[in-house]
Amino acid sequence: MMPMKLEDLLRTKPVFVNVGVRSFGDSLREAGYQVIHVDWSPPAGGDQKMAELLDDLL
Amino acid sequence: MVRKTAVRKNRYLDSVFLMLVAQRIASQPGIHDASAMLATEANRKLLAGMGYGDDGKDKDFAAAGPNDLVLAVEGDAAAVDAVMANADSYFARGYAAEAGSAPEPRSIAEAVTARPESSVAVISVPGEYAAREARAALRAGLHVFLFSSNVSVDDELALKRDARDRGLIVMGPDCGTGYLGGAGIGFANVVRRGPIGIVGASGTGMQEFASLVHRAGSGISNGIGTGSRDPSDAIGAISTIAGVDALESDAATKVIAVISKPPGESAIAVLAERLRRCKKPVVTCFFGEGHDDRIKGVSTLDEAVGAALVAAGEKKPQFLESEEGALQRSASSEKAKLQPGRRYVRGFFAGGTLCYQAQSIFRRAGLSVYSNSPLHGMKELTDPYQSREHTFVDMGAETFVHGRPHPMIDATLRRRRLEQEARDPSVAVILLDFVLGSIASADPVSDLLGAIQSIRTMGICVAASVCGTNEDRQSLEMQERSLRRAGAMVFASSAQAASFCREAALLLGGGE
Repeated sequence: MMPMKLEDLLRTKPVFVNVGVRSFGDSLREAGYQVIHVDWSPPAGGDQKMAELLDDLL
Repeated sequence: MVRKTAVRKNRYLDSVFLMLVAQRIASQPGIHDASAMLATEANRKLLAGMGYGDDGKDKDFAAAGPNDLVLAVEGDAAAVDAVMANADSYFARGYAAEAGSAPEPRSIAEAVTARPESSVAVISVPGEYAAREARAALRAGLHVFLFSSNVSVDDELALKRDARDRGLIVMGPDCGTGYLGGAGIGFANVVRRGPIGIVGASGTGMQEFASLVHRAGSGISNGIGTGSRDPSDAIGAISTIAGVDALESDAATKVIAVISKPPGESAIAVLAERLRRCKKPVVTCFFGEGHDDRIKGVSTLDEAVGAALVAAGEKKPQFLESEEGALQRSASSEKAKLQPGRRYVRGFFAGGTLCYQAQSIFRRAGLSVYSNSPLHGMKELTDPYQSREHTFVDMGAETFVHGRPHPMIDATLRRRRLEQEARDPSVAVILLDFVLGSIASADPVSDLLGAIQSIRTMGICVAASVCGTNEDRQSLEMQERSLRRAGAMVFASSAQAASFCREAALLLGGGE
């Protein structure tokens, strides 16, 4: 995907991906914005090193 | 009284949801205190310090890790047992997916595949995982609003350089507020759109600025948060400059306001050079520092709002003119009501920038203040839980928010502190800020009302201000009315409340 430049983003209605606290996404949705929420949980059983190894592999 | 914990392995729920769980449990009869949090090392230490975990003998608690949830409850034995027997019902998912809706994506990459028009990732996972998610967002071509704190300087710099190379921006880490294309993100207040753009390294500074602009009848085009560390020399104002670039080409923006704690020495040189070339009028507010030949600016958010309105061709409203004589007169009449021995001002802030601004207002009058977040030249409050002489505490500082939501959401610690201060016979004035907005507490003044009434009963003066607008769900007018009814003096802005306290402190003669 070609990233949208910040100055173009400011002219459009942003579309959000929310990761973490769900109420952040909810309040944007209530204000009329599109939000897709990621069902997040700590990676690789909370093991940071393992998560980084997996990132490099993918 | 007993203390018990329950651990749920491999379960993640966000910190705001967990706070609501804890509040629901704490409101049950016979329960004195309840915490629900991820069992990170820091949170386990915090709970152990509160007496949980049976001195290491509670095996489940000792073995819990960051992937697990822990519920910790203190109270009468029967009440605690009843809660523990129903622990799972409290954790039952409060966010049921809509019937028939597709399952939620498990990663940012999956989300972008499902909705390729996505443009901004809002990230608020625990700090230790935040950089990884931000990297994934940049790779997927998204701008990043990074609310999480506890991200290392190295990670922040790498993320911001990566974003710059890709033509993207990282707003944060530790970014509380933003306005993008009309959307208020994070702790944002409801404000109308208008000609003034903001680039801000300070969340509550942006909120107070935007709310005052709205109340003056004008509005905000876009507000780009950068995270508090962006203007430091380590980061070199990368996102601040990206924000200025974008607002300079944004047709809706006529004036740019840059709001931040004082930038670092080398960052200021880069920033000054960029601002000098800016084709639009720029107002800078660094709270009285960093303003020299390179960058001219104002010292308070009120002055910044006034200057931005004038630069946009609009009128500065009456409520932003605080007349020194009037403040002196009301300080003098409050002093006359105080018992002898009451001589110190104590400020307890939900907004870190507002704490900083109040110190700067005191410093310019030659007054010295103890703070856990001291401005250059002010004294360090070594124990943030114990006030000394004039004290201003940033209740949103790391010590207070570890494992707990921000004081704008959860008033527990500020309420306890006010109860403690009410017993101190040397306190003359308590200074408070209340911050409204979509994520903030549903009724922030009510959260502290009992404590404010106790303080007033002791004969202590309360000076307060509310950051927000009548369009916020908590309503500025209603919050101000509750404060007045409780006997607090309510000021139009945080700077004015702090200026009143400065006059009171000068009259009381403590802490020079």
